[in-house]
Amino acid sequence: MKMQSSMRYAEIKTSTPNYWGILVVLAVIALVGFAAAHHMDTEGHHITGMTNQVVWGLPHVFAIFLIVAASGALNLASIASVFGKQDYKPLARFSAVLSIALLVGGLAILLLDLGRPDRLIVAMTYYNFKSIFAWNIILYTGFIVIVLTYLWLMMERRMHRWSKPAGLVAFIWRLILTTGTGSIFGFLVAREAYDSALLAPMFIVMSFAFGLAIFIMLLMLSFKLDRRELDDSHLQRLRKLLGHFTAAVLYFVIVFHLTKLYGTQNHDFERFILLDGGVYTLMFWFFQIGLGNLLPLAMLYAPGLQRSNPALVIASLLVIVGAFAQLYIIIVGGQAYPLNIFPGYIVESRFFDGVISEYTPSLWEFLLGIGGVTSAVLIALLGIRVLPIMPEGLPAEVK
Amino acid sequence: MATELDNIELRPARRKFLKSAAALATTLIAPGIILYKTGHASNTSNKNPRWGLLIDTNALSESDVDACVSACQREHGWESDPNSRTDAQWIRKVKLTDPESGHQRFLPMMCMHCENPPCVDVCPTGASFKRDDGIVLVDKHTCIGCRYCMMACPYKARSFIHETLKDQLPVAPRGKGTVESCTLCVHRIDRDGSNAVPACAEAVNQGDRKAIWFGDLHDPQSEISQRLQALGAVKLRADMGLNPGVRYQGL
Repeated sequence: MKMQSSMRYAEIKTSTPNYWGILVVLAVIALVGFAAAHHMDTEGHHITGMTNQVVWGLPHVFAIFLIVAASGALNLASIASVFGKQDYKPLARFSAVLSIALLVGGLAILLLDLGRPDRLIVAMTYYNFKSIFAWNIILYTGFIVIVLTYLWLMMERRMHRWSKPAGLVAFIWRLILTTGTGSIFGFLVAREAYDSALLAPMFIVMSFAFGLAIFIMLLMLSFKLDRRELDDSHLQRLRKLLGHFTAAVLYFVIVFHLTKLYGTQNHDFERFILLDGGVYTLMFWFFQIGLGNLLPLAMLYAPGLQRSNPALVIASLLVIVGAFAQLYIIIVGGQAYPLNIFPGYIVESRFFDGVISEYTPSLWEFLLGIGGVTSAVLIALLGIRVLPIMPEGLPAEVK
Repeated sequence: MATELDNIELRPARRKFLKSAAALATTLIAPGIILYKTGHASNTSNKNPRWGLLIDTNALSESDVDACVSACQREHGWESDPNSRTDAQWIRKVKLTDPESGHQRFLPMMCMHCENPPCVDVCPTGASFKRDDGIVLVDKHTCIGCRYCMMACPYKARSFIHETLKDQLPVAPRGKGTVESCTLCVHRIDRDGSNAVPACAEAVNQGDRKAIWFGDLHDPQSEISQRLQALGAVKLRADMGLNPGVRYQGL
């Protein structure tokens, strides 16, 4: 408790070439991403890999990743404010800043991928309240407002006592928000890959892991760049937490597929993902389960690696690799698998009925997606430069 | 709820209390009810027609279905390269093969003009909408091109316009970056009412030979309703409870 009252925060002050180099690279990639989006908008989506069969592609994988990770990044603040774990308190400000940055990056991708991004004003003024998308527009804008308020209450000493209730509101809001994101897919009753209430809680657990993985890497990076003290004890806590969250993601994936495997009607779909779906099967077993779940779990829990910072960074990176594989399978794989309009018949048409749809992402989509990611990281790194977000140091705790 | 109350005999004081309670409740929940009613208009009122199609697949050869597709293309000015994955298809030829008997049949598939259309449910801006007469359309002015309707449609009925279009027809305005689908030849229906014949039906109905019936599903006297009553028909993905306005015979 003593440490908390004396905790001091300061802007990142470093001006090394390394630091500026990182910022410039991020900014350039972000600009290239926006240029790619502009090109897609001018030419039309035929220059992308997306089609009338696979209508959402790589940009949506990036966007959903960032949006899911955004709500998860807020977790550390919630653990401090809502669950009263004082050890996490020094990380709460950055947790809030990162969550806003990730959400803005994700929304930028979603917006720029629209067929008519110029109609943002239409999306903001015409609402169909039965649409989960329309709810999400409200949930996302509300999230930014609430977390900004929460951040201000945490930073303004006189308002400090209000930060706890604000933290609770933000926590509840983020749970609803991720429920909304998962339900974008969970509510799609027509497609066998989706149509499951499990997607909402699964997305929440995914957000815990993905958000924390990004948080850990950016925390370590910024402390290193500004030569601040970051004691192992703080990383130990995050290491354990990431292990628990990654295990929970694996649990949900297992339950999701077991449920689908039990009913004969979904056997073909499960066969597609788990056995003979080509790139999707490879992605599932190698990237999602192997690299994204099992390997990081081993690295995070292995007794010999408990003090290894590189192991923590690599495990975090792997969790993100697994996240992309998982979202790619959910979003693209779910569409590639054909709709079952005529059960019991062999179906053929020029509109690719009854066949697995092909999808090859284009460079433009990748640039837009990666541009959104670098925008998010750039916003977070600039945020901690202009505002006293990061603790001046996180030394070993005095018990 | 109001009608239930009216049917019960009530003492005046209680009645007065209930009235004011009902008034309060109305002010509070009216917006919701209005939304609900708008969404379910066709459930409660049979005053409006509900336009639909009945397709007899027994009467359709492969070339008939091709004729449906070409007629729609001419009518609305869309083209589709068979190898293109991005070209629009308002109507398409589907070939069904029974894996056991090897029996084959061909049928045209288009927007099913559902009574409870998932595309309308998921559209964030309300650009996907259902008219009072049951026709499901896209308002090209408020469509933002998010393609969520395409994700939600169980029939793959919708197409996204992937490139700039030229030489559009006045009856079918289209725009890059928006979603479109079969309009049930709404321009003909608005002109000719129940005498209208959609282009696909016109292409295959010649003389006495008829394979596609167009008409008002709400009117029990209409030819389409009579035929449905006499012969029955299949709704695709009936399990989803969407009540499509396009019905198939011979499946």
